[in-house]
Amino acid sequence: MFTRAITLGWLVFATVTVSAQPRVLRWAGDPEGGAPYVEADPSHPDQLVGFDVDIVALLASGLGRTPEFVNVRFESISQSVARGDADIGMSGIEDTPARRLAMAVTMPYYEFREVLSVRDADAGRFRSLADLRGKSVGTLGGTIAYEILLRAEREHGLRAVSYDDDVHPYSDLVIGRLDAVLLDNVLAERRQRTIAGYTIQPQTVAIGHYVGVLSQENAPLRDRMNEILRAAMSDGTLERIFRKWSVWNDDQPKLHAQVLAGQPVAAVTGLDESTSVATVSRWEAAKRYLPSLLRASVVTIALSCLSMGLAVVLGVLIATGRVYGGRLARGSLTAYVELMRGTPLLLQLFVLYYGLAEAVRLPAFVAALLGLALNYAAYESEIYRSALEAIPTGQLEAARTLGLSERQVLRLVRAPQAFRLALAPMTNDFVALLKDSSLVSVLTVLELTKQTQIFATNLGSWVIPGTLCAGLYLAMSLPLAGLARRLERRWKVVA
Amino acid sequence: MLSGVSLDVNRGELVAIMGPSGSGKTTVLRAIAGLERFQAGRIAVDGVVLAGGADIPSPTLRELRRKVGMVFQFHCLFEHLSAIDNVCLAPVHAFGITVPEARRRGLELLAGFGVEHRAAALPRQLSGGEAQRVAIARALAVDPPLLLMDEPTASLDPARRAELGALMQELQRQRRTLVIATHDEDFASDFATRVVRLRDGALA
Repeated sequence: MFTRAITLGWLVFATVTVSAQPRVLRWAGDPEGGAPYVEADPSHPDQLVGFDVDIVALLASGLGRTPEFVNVRFESISQSVARGDADIGMSGIEDTPARRLAMAVTMPYYEFREVLSVRDADAGRFRSLADLRGKSVGTLGGTIAYEILLRAEREHGLRAVSYDDDVHPYSDLVIGRLDAVLLDNVLAERRQRTIAGYTIQPQTVAIGHYVGVLSQENAPLRDRMNEILRAAMSDGTLERIFRKWSVWNDDQPKLHAQVLAGQPVAAVTGLDESTSVATVSRWEAAKRYLPSLLRASVVTIALSCLSMGLAVVLGVLIATGRVYGGRLARGSLTAYVELMRGTPLLLQLFVLYYGLAEAVRLPAFVAALLGLALNYAAYESEIYRSALEAIPTGQLEAARTLGLSERQVLRLVRAPQAFRLALAPMTNDFVALLKDSSLVSVLTVLELTKQTQIFATNLGSWVIPGTLCAGLYLAMSLPLAGLARRLERRWKVVA
Repeated sequence: MLSGVSLDVNRGELVAIMGPSGSGKTTVLRAIAGLERFQAGRIAVDGVVLAGGADIPSPTLRELRRKVGMVFQFHCLFEHLSAIDNVCLAPVHAFGITVPEARRRGLELLAGFGVEHRAAALPRQLSGGEAQRVAIARALAVDPPLLLMDEPTASLDPARRAELGALMQELQRQRRTLVIATHDEDFASDFATRVVRLRDGALA
């Protein structure tokens, strides 16, 4: 009897405890450069702030849940939500026809304008995209602005430059790497607080809206969220949030009135979406993007071949220095190798391109080439050093007793055999470099993986873009691997 | 460690240096070949003098290479080159002989050792005896008056050993001097004109 009472008591306690636990609302955002949408509070970096943070808190409160943040890169938010990593994505996400087809999007809660920013000195001559023939215009990749620039490339002959974040376009603009930036007015105005030297042109290039994105299966949750947003529009809560972040302007009352009246709101105004890839079949979309994927493949393979060539030359010099050099040479070269191998390639690329920009302004492709070459030279040098040291000392002594000089011993006896030992690991490294070249997209180099990402973002699916991308990488790497196998068989290196 | 090794070798001799493993036989050959530094004493080969306690100057080393050829215990052929290319490498690159002339002389040498039919073979395709003969041909290609050989019979069967002995006697008749390190008592007694014994780095 007593035991039963205790057991019943524990069951009741457990039930009450479970019921009392609040449910969470997982939301995906990108805090990197994400102001004023989502950013780490400068005074408390472990906390997030921004108007999307406040709106999520509003939605969570309305749903009786606790918000739980999921850190996802901006360009992957929709896909991440679709696979269930989060319930909703909110991070300045643009309403587009592709997203409306692929996701359950909330009602638009903020209207933005795509605006052109130029250096102060160019404010008089670069007023519209048509004025930028032959010039470089940067923007955030996978956005409406990027789509506009791609069309402007064809219509006006400018060069579209894709960035992975919204900070570097403006810093590159003022130092002269770019001639203009096309992005949301929210971002343009925000960056002007910290980066001086550019003017925001008044002409509106296009009009867009921010929305929250949910998976299609979560449409009922989206509907509940729309009710909360509608109420927040009605009672001024949204206005207070936007005023708090200094982004409230005359465009917002019009949008709110339109939404509250139940009138449809076009995803984008000023961009002909009838030809968007989201409106055609997947195969038609693939055919449209194939030329750009092939062009990006050429960039990838050119960059990889040039980088690897330079890495091999540098690697040979470093290895030779470490085997034959004096103490100072050996020490310096060893330090170089350890530095390059011990720090991330991505960090090295950032330092080369952005970190050194005040002293030396390298073009993106050159910085990418150098970055890959300098990093891989360290790995190559270890392969060559090991291969050189693997040649039996007896052969080297035999060569010396025959009257060959040290240089001749290296050139005629040691190096040819070392090369054959090094061939297989070298080939591995080349294939690895081919794939590592995808990192250079952070330097605005439009290589194959980045182009695929843009394709997938615009299409709203990774299936076809990913398959095409993988096929192109294999088409580049398999012949190389085959050539290496043929050479190995021909030389038949004996272990 | 070698101590108090004093040895005079006359032209045309075949001197066998004998002793147990670790006695210093190979070290003696390596010192003569300029591969091993020594602290004290001197080595003179046909007018080229190596002084102990110092690095050998490059000109001296170059001169020494013309006087001394060495056949190593494990042949040490260049694995990436064919037999004929092994033989021709030094004459062409170290001594400036033209490729056709070097190939002609090389093939003659290989023929003299009965392996000209293996001229195109790579070292890993040669038998132990063939590799040894190619190694000897390679060492002789630069025409040294003194030939050093480290354990020349180590990998040979009795028939090949006898062939090697005959070959070495032919080299003697060519007025070459041979110094071999060996612990093959029978070979030394059959073919050496003189035997010296080392024990613990000193002449016994």
